[in-house]
Formats: sequence, C-alpha cells, structure tokens
Amino acid sequence: MTEVVAPTTRAETLLQLDGISLSFGGVKAITDISFAVARGEICALIGPNGAGKSSLLNVINGVYRPQVGSVTFDGEVRRHMRPHHAAQRGIARTFQNIALFKGMTVLDNVLTGRNLKRRSTWVEQALRIGRAEREDDEQRSRAEDVIEFLHIQPWRETVVGKLPYGLQKRVELARALAAEPTLLLLDEPMAGMNAAEKRDMSRFIVDINREYGTTVVLIEHDIGVVMGISDHVVVLDYGRKIADGPPEEVRRNAEVIAAYLGTRH
Amino acid sequence: MLYTEAGQFSTTYRADRRVFRLRQDRIALGTLLAFAVAVVPLIGNDYWFSAILIPFLVLSLAGLGLNLLTGYAGQLSLGSAAFMAAGAFAAYNFNLRIEGLPLLVSFGLGGLVAALLSIVFGLPSLRIKGFYLIVSTLAAQFLIPWVLVKFGWFSNFNASGVITAPPLEIAGYDLSSPGGRYLLTLAVVIALAWLASNIVRSELGRNWMAVRDMDTAAAVIGISLPKAKLLAFGISGFYLGIAGSLWAFTYLGTVEPHGFDLARSFQVLFIIIIGGMGSILGNFLGAAFIVLFPLLLSNLAALLPVGLIDAGQLENIQKMVFGALIIAFLIREPDGLARLWQQFRARARRWPLRY
Repeated sequence: MTEVVAPTTRAETLLQLDGISLSFGGVKAITDISFAVARGEICALIGPNGAGKSSLLNVINGVYRPQVGSVTFDGEVRRHMRPHHAAQRGIARTFQNIALFKGMTVLDNVLTGRNLKRRSTWVEQALRIGRAEREDDEQRSRAEDVIEFLHIQPWRETVVGKLPYGLQKRVELARALAAEPTLLLLDEPMAGMNAAEKRDMSRFIVDINREYGTTVVLIEHDIGVVMGISDHVVVLDYGRKIADGPPEEVRRNAEVIAAYLGTRH
Repeated sequence: MLYTEAGQFSTTYRADRRVFRLRQDRIALGTLLAFAVAVVPLIGNDYWFSAILIPFLVLSLAGLGLNLLTGYAGQLSLGSAAFMAAGAFAAYNFNLRIEGLPLLVSFGLGGLVAALLSIVFGLPSLRIKGFYLIVSTLAAQFLIPWVLVKFGWFSNFNASGVITAPPLEIAGYDLSSPGGRYLLTLAVVIALAWLASNIVRSELGRNWMAVRDMDTAAAVIGISLPKAKLLAFGISGFYLGIAGSLWAFTYLGTVEPHGFDLARSFQVLFIIIIGGMGSILGNFLGAAFIVLFPLLLSNLAALLPVGLIDAGQLENIQKMVFGALIIAFLIREPDGLARLWQQFRARARRWPLRY
C-alpha cells in the first residue's frame, strides 16, 4: 500500500524568526522580534522610518548578524545567515537604494543573478571547452525568460546606469528573480515611483508569486499597495513588533493606527 | 552604408555571444591580423620592430594584465612592474636551471610565479579597498625589485646584475632576429588577448565587474568576493609576468630589475587610463599612444629651426607637452580612447545619416 503524503498546505512555514535582537553599539535596531512566513505567501513588513524593517531583511539574508535569536529557513535553524549561504539556499533580494552593477548591461546583470547555477569552472569558460558553451546557452535562455516576464527586452543591451529609475528597479527585480529564489526579499520595490509604475510593479510581484510560487517578503510604505497585494502584514515600530496578521486585522489594530497617525493624549 | 548591420541576424545564442557580431568587423579584424602576421615581417625594418612594434605589443599585454585587475575587477594596483620583474626573473631562472626547458614553458612558469606573488600581495584586498590597497601593491613594487638585486642567486651571481637573455629558439627555429622576436611577441599577445576576451565575457568576468560596481550586492547574489578578487590578482599577475618575460627576452634582450621600477608601473597605469578601463581594445590603443606619441613629438621638434630650443631642454619640453596632453585628453574623454572608438563606430553605423 502506498503511503499517502500529506499535501503541502499553505500554512507550512518557510521562514521563522525567533527572538531576534540586533544592536549597533548601543543603538538597538531590533528588539526581540519573532514571526513566521508561510510558504507561498506575500508578507509585508511595514512601519515608520527607522522601525528596523531594512535591518530585519539584512538579518534574514545574513548581511547583519543578530546578537540574540535564530533564523529558521526551509527547515534549517541557524544562529545567523551568511549572504553567500543565504543565496545558495534560495534567498534573493533587492535593495532600497538600487544596488545594480551600473557598468554592465541589463542582460549581464540578469545573467550575474544566475551565477550560482553555473557548474563549469572558469578555466573551461575561458578556453570555451567542455560544458561551458552549452551552459552559456542555457543560462541565456533562462535569463531571457525573466527579461520577457518583466518586459525589459528593449533594454537588453543597454548599460544599466543609463536607464531611468523605474526601469532600474525592474532590472533589479529581474536580477533577483533570475536566481530562481524560494524566498524573495524586496526592500521598497515601489519607492519613488508614480502611480502607473506602482501598478505595474504590484502586478509583477503578484505574478511572480502566483506563477513561480515564490514566497515574497516586502517592505513598502504605500499602505494601499500593501493591503492590496499581501496575505500577511507584520508591523514594526521602534524595533519592536506591534502587530502581525492578515491585512484586515492589522488595519483595525489600535496600536498600528497609533504608530502611523499618532494618538490623542 | 559600408558598415551597416542590415540583414545580419543572430539566430542562436552562440552567434549572439560573439565579440564581433558584424561581418564587417570580422573581416577587418582578420585583415588586420593577417597583415600583422604575414605582411609586416616582410616590409618592416629593424627600427620599426625593435623600437616601436615590440614595445607596443609588450606594453599592450602589460596594460591588459593591469586592466583585468583594475578596469574589470576594480582593484587598484601600482605594482605592475614588480610582477613583470618577477615574471622575467622567474622565466630566466627556469630557463637557466632546467636543461632543455622550452622557451614558451619558461614564460608560462614565469607567469605562474608572478601570479602567485600577485595573489600574496592581493590578500589585503580582502579587507581594504581603493587607495589603501595601493599601499600593499606599492610594497610589492619596492620589495620585489629590491629582493632581485639583493640576492645574487636570482641573477645567477652576475657581477653587473644585468644578464643577457638566452637565445630565442622555439622548436629549432631561431627567433633572435628583430622580425623573429616580433613574431614571437605577436603570437603570445594574440593568444593571451583572445583568452582575456573570453574571460571578461565569462561568468568570472561578470563576477569581477559585479565586485567592481557594487560589492555588497555581489555578495548577496552569491558571488564569493575573496575568490573573485584573488583570481583577479592571480590572472592579472600571470599576464604581467608574461609581459615582463617578453620585455626582457624579446624587447631588451637583457634581464635587469632597473627596467621594472615605479615609473614602469605608472606607465602601465597610464596606458589603461588613456586607453580605457574595462576594455580589451583600450590597452592596445593606450600602448600605441604611449609608444608613438613621444616619437611623434621628437619628430615634430626636429622640424623646428635649429637653435630655437636648446637640445638639452628638448627632452624636458617633450615630457611637459606629453603630460599636458594627457591631462587635457582625460578632461575631454575620461573613458579613454576605447570610448572614442565606440562613438566613432556608432556614427559609422548610421553614416551618411546623422540621427
């Protein structure tokens, strides 16, 4: 008799933060934060400036090391991540201030996002022997899929530094997506965009989540966008978690309203 | 019109990856190479080979070596000449101490020794960047030539410290004539330039540029910064070591540390700045500029009426004019000669239209 494997439910936890505290010298950036992100959901981190949202993303992918707490990703518990290890385990991200490789073309940026998918050594590639050429074709073909998905084909050969801001944001998303991540961390993907650009970007994020099943954790200030696309909202204020739940619930939370609008004293 | 790409399509990714996608480019390069290999040895004279073409080729190769490190991987270095010296002396010693070692193998081993030294002096790059890194490579620039002078073993206890290079012979062919030395240099430079153009377009080349442009983002997408940086130092050192061997064996005909001083390092740095950082072609343009321009100036000076400028002052004036021109040029075109060539090509593609 074949054993029946329970279908993976949407509630399966992909990322779990436990009691994370992070300080820089005497400055506490994050205090005792715990939350879980389920596989396949879009989770938004919101909160006023300086609440510790970006620091938290940096903890998740190992740029910062928390003094206390642990990060569990895909079943593996670690005191802290390292950027290289995080990338290998399938965490990709974009940055608040675009961190593209400005001297390279769009295509090269996207291809670089796939650098971990390479198997051939640099010697094979330099001499163009063995599997290098075949692998080049395959890398290119996958990169083209991402370029097509995000509609940036016309700028394929353009040097990234020459593109307008909104497009650079999209190229950065393409570079992260090219790595075929399990978890995508987006730090203010819509900052500084106009309404039309925000609509496009929201559409892309939802499409990535649906088509590739990528789990997304994003930081965003536009509450309309956050409520519209996320399944789960975590609210931070002064480095502490003040709310965690579905958007409708968070919207009614008194503490959240206080943090955003101020309270009447 | 002549340079149109109409009707030329890449139908495979492989075809699209070529450096020269346009048929006109491929024909031009093929013609140039055929001319350099087959025609130049027949029409060139000793002066052209020894004073212009060989130093041009060797300096292009040295520029290429530094450009891989500085232009592509973004690591500043002022130790180019030291690694050239290491390569030259290592090649000489391998050749001297191992009976019957083929010349090209000595060059290769010399390059490997220079690569190892370059990696050692590149280790601080794992912790420091930019101008601070220059200090480490500057240490190499002072230490390596000093060691080569201090310990007689390296120059086989030659009293003057200046050693005559061994005869150039490959597979029984004597290449000691100026034409032969030119062909040997040309062959090595073509092979290594081909390899470099492959490397910079491979994953490693992209990783280097990623480290150069934004190192935190490079680490976050999984690039190992230590590996990328040290490979850059190693490969750059290999190229510089081979360039040093060629400089000693095919250009000067003597091996001596004094030719590889700080001034040589600056010369190599000027080549890549004038030619263009992050460009393979730029090294050749920069080296041509550095080699030909002083000659042009001295020829122009010869046209001046006798007695107008004191002969002793002439050399100093040349240096001043040269320096002023470099500054003026860099203000006008900071991206170097390679950029000018790109712009020219872009216009040629549209010619005779102007939009």
